[in-house]
Amino acid sequence: MTLTLDQPGRQTRPSPGAATNQGASFLVATEQVAARTLKKFIRSPALLIAGTAQGLLFLLIFRYVFGGAVGHTGGLSYVDFLVPGFVVTGVLFQGMSAASGVADDKEGGLFDRLRSLPIRLLSIVSGRVGADTALVAWGVIVMTAAGFAVGFRVTGTTAGAVAAFGLTILYGFAFVWLFIAMGLMAGSPQAAQGLSFLVFPLSFVSSAYVPVSTMPGWMQAFANNQPMTQMVNTVRLLTGGPQAQALLGHPVSYYLVPSLLWTAGLVVVFAPIAVWKLKST
Amino acid sequence: MDALIEADGLSKHFGKVHALTDLTLTLPAGQPVAILGPNGAGKTTFIRMVATLLAPDTGTLVVNGHDVVRDPMAVRRMIGLAGQSAAVEEMMTGRENLVMVARLYGQGRAKAVASGQRILEQMDLVEAADRQVRTYSGGMRRRLDLGASLVGSPRLLLLDEPTTGLDPGSRNEVWDAVHAMSENGTDIVLTTQYLDEADHLATAIVIVDDGRVIAQGTPDELKSRVGADMVELHTIDVPTMQRAAEVLASLGMAEPSTDPATRRCSLAAPGGSKLLPIVVRALDDAEVPVEDIALRRPTLDEVFLALTGHGASTDTPHPTAPKEDAA
Repeated sequence: MTLTLDQPGRQTRPSPGAATNQGASFLVATEQVAARTLKKFIRSPALLIAGTAQGLLFLLIFRYVFGGAVGHTGGLSYVDFLVPGFVVTGVLFQGMSAASGVADDKEGGLFDRLRSLPIRLLSIVSGRVGADTALVAWGVIVMTAAGFAVGFRVTGTTAGAVAAFGLTILYGFAFVWLFIAMGLMAGSPQAAQGLSFLVFPLSFVSSAYVPVSTMPGWMQAFANNQPMTQMVNTVRLLTGGPQAQALLGHPVSYYLVPSLLWTAGLVVVFAPIAVWKLKST
Repeated sequence: MDALIEADGLSKHFGKVHALTDLTLTLPAGQPVAILGPNGAGKTTFIRMVATLLAPDTGTLVVNGHDVVRDPMAVRRMIGLAGQSAAVEEMMTGRENLVMVARLYGQGRAKAVASGQRILEQMDLVEAADRQVRTYSGGMRRRLDLGASLVGSPRLLLLDEPTTGLDPGSRNEVWDAVHAMSENGTDIVLTTQYLDEADHLATAIVIVDDGRVIAQGTPDELKSRVGADMVELHTIDVPTMQRAAEVLASLGMAEPSTDPATRRCSLAAPGGSKLLPIVVRALDDAEVPVEDIALRRPTLDEVFLALTGHGASTDTPHPTAPKEDAA
């Protein structure tokens, strides 16, 4: 069926918006979306506390409940072994909230408005990633402070410790891209919560809490080759000094190179997926 | 011709559901247009396509000379969208929301702040400007959402069921705001399931059903196709109803219809409001008491019945009993 609405005696009225909106640049758009998400975080303190409270509980359990029974950490005390693993895997637990957060955004209608604006779709994703990375950084700061409180000490160089801190946040940034893409794929905040199935094997079947050498052989194959182990060992070597090097038997670069490759890989794979999912919402 | 929107053979299906089926339509610039239809008619799908949020399966859609699939950015530069769910950030203040959207439209910081203030005044939200949106009432949210769609002074404003879910007071506020924008020269395309809303806001109405355009015209044209207004009265018992029907018949205009179950009697009223006082006087002279009497406009159901042979799927075509969701 075809039809046309013609208006008799139609007058052409000058539109006030005849000049079109050019749209924000990629950086400004990213900043605006990030600022919006950060405001949301800061104004819902429950969100800031929930993630870290769970982490603190885990730290206490591993440090004081299981810690005494864990051997095979060589000259490295268990607390010095544990805290780097604990803080690095913590980025997964903290970053996971990005998935349900972005699924929530998608459901809420705000993303419809953002998508109807003259900005690049990638800036909507990158703004969200920026804010969630800031949330991860907040978690890293709290967990590191808690680590020191339960007896963790840096036995490596200060420069190494600072690098370790920066790398941890970088790793968190990479995983946030994954979580954002997953959250957009999940379709609903509830479905996005199911991502913990991904987080548990990555964090527990790694070198984070116990030495991989104590696991059965088939599990070691996974544990030694998944990104968390590489990332945890980088940070452990940078903070643990000679004792850590003696335990792991490799220099930092042995773990750093694959860690950075994983980092780049996560961003390169999941950024386009996130944009594609946002576009086809 | 100088078309604002040209849709040709648009189809879209979601799984087995056909939201649009070969929808073809041309809308000129310069007049507010209402897309009227029941839930699931395809109104929202159409608006989302115009807003570049959804790509058609087949067919083409050109908005002010720009194809929505090939050049979505050019379309986004000239539209403002207010959807069904108020698309604002609850944890930010009204002002923060507006300034953010203005910045995203590409305005500099100072200009964005000024635009935000202008919209707050226009939407009567100045007092609530610095409160978080989660404290707003439904009507305030909707006005903020509407304001956010205006902050870039768009050439074309797309409103998807702007008053669904609002109480009558808030609905009137939104109507006033839409009127003001239209007067200002902004082109408006809105969807609605309420005939009175389409009548009130638009000078052209497109009726869609089942993913197709089934009729178009001015409100008056459509109403004359549907049938005249009715004078309807309600009596306390059936004998009174019958007496009232006799009085109405004696006016010699049309045969009144009666419904003993509800004790209602109605009469087609081609003269509209002019007939009402005549009927009231006649009933008064004959001393027939009535519980209430009113001039009733055709409902959406009656429009659909007349045009399609089946009723609209809305139960109560009135904003006071809204449906949450439309396709």
